[in-house]
Amino acid sequence: MKRFAKHAIFYSVLIGVWLLLAKLKLWPPYLFPTPQSVLESMRAGFADHSFWIAISVSMRRMLLGYALSVVLGMVLGLGVASNKFMEETMGGLLVSLQSLPSICWLPLAVLWFGLTEKAILFVVVMGSLLSVTIAMEDGRKQMPRIYAMAGRNLGARGFRLFWYVLLPASLPFIVSGLKQGWAFAWRSLISGEMIFVSLGLGQLLMMGRDLNDMSQVLAVMILIVAIGYVVDGLVFRTVERRLHQKWGLAPAA
Amino acid sequence: MTTNPVPQPFFPGEHRRPVRAGASRWKTVPAPAEFPLRHVRASEVPKVHIQGISLSYGSAAGSRLLALDNIDLQVKPGEFLCIVGPSGCGKSTLLHLIAGLHQPTSGQVLVDGKVADGPGTDRILIFQELGLFPWLTVGENVEFGMKMKGIAKAERIERTQQYLRLVHLAQFKNSYIHQLSGGMRQRVALARALASEPDVLLMDEPFAALDAQTRDLLHDELERIWAETGRTIIFVTHNVREAVRLGDRVALLTFRPGRVKREFSVNLPRPRQLEDVTVAKAAREILDELREEINKSLEVEYGLEEVRA
Repeated sequence: MKRFAKHAIFYSVLIGVWLLLAKLKLWPPYLFPTPQSVLESMRAGFADHSFWIAISVSMRRMLLGYALSVVLGMVLGLGVASNKFMEETMGGLLVSLQSLPSICWLPLAVLWFGLTEKAILFVVVMGSLLSVTIAMEDGRKQMPRIYAMAGRNLGARGFRLFWYVLLPASLPFIVSGLKQGWAFAWRSLISGEMIFVSLGLGQLLMMGRDLNDMSQVLAVMILIVAIGYVVDGLVFRTVERRLHQKWGLAPAA
Repeated sequence: MTTNPVPQPFFPGEHRRPVRAGASRWKTVPAPAEFPLRHVRASEVPKVHIQGISLSYGSAAGSRLLALDNIDLQVKPGEFLCIVGPSGCGKSTLLHLIAGLHQPTSGQVLVDGKVADGPGTDRILIFQELGLFPWLTVGENVEFGMKMKGIAKAERIERTQQYLRLVHLAQFKNSYIHQLSGGMRQRVALARALASEPDVLLMDEPFAALDAQTRDLLHDELERIWAETGRTIIFVTHNVREAVRLGDRVALLTFRPGRVKREFSVNLPRPRQLEDVTVAKAAREILDELREEINKSLEVEYGLEEVRA
């Protein structure tokens, strides 16, 4: 409750200052809109379904791209972790590639795939693949060896060993990497959509700019933050908490 | 003329006789016959035959370190064999080799006369650290081996229930591992191993980390379960008393390289207790032999440290 009160005070002040600056009319309203007009844009966006459509298009790309990069990243990460040569060579490359913003893949993607969904998916996958791969590689190495041995001892082989033992055993070690992968994928998607015109939240943002509609720009930005926060807070933190409780790594809250 | 009474050793597998007629010095010789033990059906193919197993590692200096040297052991069906030795003698490694988790440098393991290379569910190892899966409930842990074997769901549930009852943990079926005490975890590991219905149970110092009361209880339970299920058990421990308390036979390993120094048959009536005078007496004899090996291990571990310092 105390925490909630702190938040309430902070955001009231923030919005108050914003309102004050807007009322002072230091800048024209189309450059600096009032909170009410942003709210109104938000309402209108949802009312004419344009926000809903953008969210669903973006989320579909996101889920598809993220799922792809999780599957690829796990296979790649396991491969790198289980092979000394790969670990020494590819491991370094993966880390250095991580410094490349994934939007840099867009020109290449457009040349390869044209202005299609595949190009934007490619950018999303490249955004999170490295985080997932590195997380999986780390997880596989940090995972106590005893679980793999116990699994083999009880008759688990090949894919079943991976699915029933290696994967669950490494989950607590890779969940933060998966979370980071999601955040990177989300950013890549929005930047991709901004440059590459075809529906989605990023495009909505650019449309606001083209129409000189600052209220819409701010409304979409708030939406992007909100979706990121909800997924992080509700999905990942819940998974993390339940995982820790199950393993006895943290006291049950 | 009176002959000196020769103090006879405890183990029926051996016999002392005077070096000469009427001499006061005596020597130990193997006893001619050994009477069959409970559970053990004589004249059968050994359940497990460890045939000339050697294992060497490449050490950092580039030389080979011989860990196990030509180990030869036979375990009869239904027998309870304990392996004792100083820490570092390779007794855990030997169990891993029998379980097929590592490959020996030379030699082989036969189960029922057939070569066993690689892990098999006929030999289930209970690890020293147990290796229970923290992401599964107690029941799911016990079920795991059966699931990997492809046993139908209905039968798995029934057998899980059965083995959890056997170790008195039926009401903890839905708990997670971290919610259990050390002794309970130990029993889950036992149930998980038994549920795959292996012929051979390999146990690696399973009770070393437990308090004395829990350990006594688990000794009783293990003995009872062994009698009820008729499994063959190979049990590794550094505790000689524990070995005598549980085993039909005790094999003593030497320190680096690990060799079988001697085998002792323990023909004491069951159930036994750790405090039994007969157990203590038998343990003393083995301990006397073991002490030499322990000293060797201490020399290496402490001696090297002094050299480095």
